[in-house]
Amino acid sequence: MRAEERSGWLLAAPYSAFLATFALYPIAFALVLVFLKWDLVTAPAFAGLDNVRLLAVDGRFWQAVVTMFVFLSIHIPLQIVTALGLALALNRPLALRAFWRAAFFLPVVISGAVVAILWSNLYATDVGLINHLLARFGVRPVSWLTDPVTAMPAIAVMVTWKNVGFYVIIYLAGLQYVPRSCQEAIEIEGATAWQRFRYLTLPSLLPQTLLVVTLSTINGFQLFIEPYVMTGGGPLRRTYSLVLYLYTNAFGYQKMGYAATIGVALALIIGVVVVLQRRLIGTADAQ
Amino acid sequence: MKTLGRVALYLALTLAALTFIYPFLWMASTTLKPPLEVGTLALVPDHMTLDNYRTMWARAPFGRALLNSALVATTITAAVLVFGSITAYAIARLRFRGRPALNAVTMAILLVPGQLTLIPLYTLIVQLGWIDTYAALIVPYLFNATAILMLRQFFLQIPQSLIDSARMDGMSELRILFTIFWPLSRPVLAIVAIFTFMGSWNEVLWPLLVVRDQHLMTLPQLLTVFALGGGAGTMGVSLASAMVLVVPVVVAYAFLQRYFIESMAGAGIKG
Repeated sequence: MRAEERSGWLLAAPYSAFLATFALYPIAFALVLVFLKWDLVTAPAFAGLDNVRLLAVDGRFWQAVVTMFVFLSIHIPLQIVTALGLALALNRPLALRAFWRAAFFLPVVISGAVVAILWSNLYATDVGLINHLLARFGVRPVSWLTDPVTAMPAIAVMVTWKNVGFYVIIYLAGLQYVPRSCQEAIEIEGATAWQRFRYLTLPSLLPQTLLVVTLSTINGFQLFIEPYVMTGGGPLRRTYSLVLYLYTNAFGYQKMGYAATIGVALALIIGVVVVLQRRLIGTADAQ
Repeated sequence: MKTLGRVALYLALTLAALTFIYPFLWMASTTLKPPLEVGTLALVPDHMTLDNYRTMWARAPFGRALLNSALVATTITAAVLVFGSITAYAIARLRFRGRPALNAVTMAILLVPGQLTLIPLYTLIVQLGWIDTYAALIVPYLFNATAILMLRQFFLQIPQSLIDSARMDGMSELRILFTIFWPLSRPVLAIVAIFTFMGSWNEVLWPLLVVRDQHLMTLPQLLTVFALGGGAGTMGVSLASAMVLVVPVVVAYAFLQRYFIESMAGAGIKG
């Protein structure tokens, strides 16, 4: 064997072993678990299609699916608008540019657990900062996290706040590529600021918008610690996310097979949603 | 008109920046307030007190959790840098059968959502008997596909002549990697180090699954359990426990913000 061939094998061997154990085996075993009934105490039993059948008629699962779409339909548009707005504000000659960017990015570096604890206090009905600020404008206290109508939007706003700095960076990178010559030409033609934004900046940022939609969808489906800490999935299960439901099935009810089935379903849902989004935005681009 | 526009822009930016910074200032100040003052808007407490910190420190093992978090995050970061470099070097610079496959699998792994493997990975840890051990917190993170691909991308740009002449001098592949490649790769190593450390430092779902013993809990996990279990009792105590996790991060971020942004934004986009 050539020396290079041997070194290659040797250096790649630990990673290959790791991949097999902690990546490929769990993927394969996830598909096996779908057909098992297992509480981790007694031996696993073959359950045929029981888990899949249960999933199809499980109202709580489908309610969680709906909940995720409610969350995403608030979170994604809000994320695009705020990230794009802040990026446009930053994309001009500014004093303290690095400071503004760093300020917007700050919540991205903070643990989701801390953000959830902080915001449950900001949203607190009696002593929360938000209701205190609103009181100054004569608004009566809102029970943000305990009212079924406001709980999910409140969490969606918080998640948007936490991640916006990350998406600002994506848009800022995209804005570097809006051709200068086009900007000058369209200005000479007498276009208003709005027309410039609508017909030049926005279309040239389509790849970035697609990326923001995809990433915030994938991240959005991971929603867990926020409802876990802030609402426990309530009120009336309005904030019960899919990952929280998966977690409850595994650790509340010790149903490994069913929890894994939810995981597989969730992965399929994410895949389908992301592909559909790409198709839709792709056709919008072609027109 | 032009000046008016600029004033409006800076006003808007200040307002936006306050939206992101003020909650953290409010949090810091709330932890220093006695119970009667909590909920007031003032940032400077009338009667400053460290009672909230004393209470949380006495009620749960936060010092131990801080050490656990530091140990876990440091070990994972060191492993991802060392093992990741070794792997990336092999994939980028050594020709061997199986290399294209390894490369393809690494990229494919990134497309698999974590929710799919969460439960099987957990059952694996149970079967290995690793529940309530550091191994459960560390071993599944020893390699990181995003890090390997980033390092590989960088290693591909280093000239082959450097490797050839080093081999001529009889250097082993590992020595070439650590004495020639590493000094040239500091920027990418820093980027990998930051997002790996931050990812581990902030992680909460995985520890919640594999650790039940309070003395093995990482900081984000302990403060979640503490806040939920009602151990905190008051807002001041609960936020004080969160400060232990936040302060080191904010201090590091203040000095290295450019690298943090480049690292965490880059990893998110590639991952």
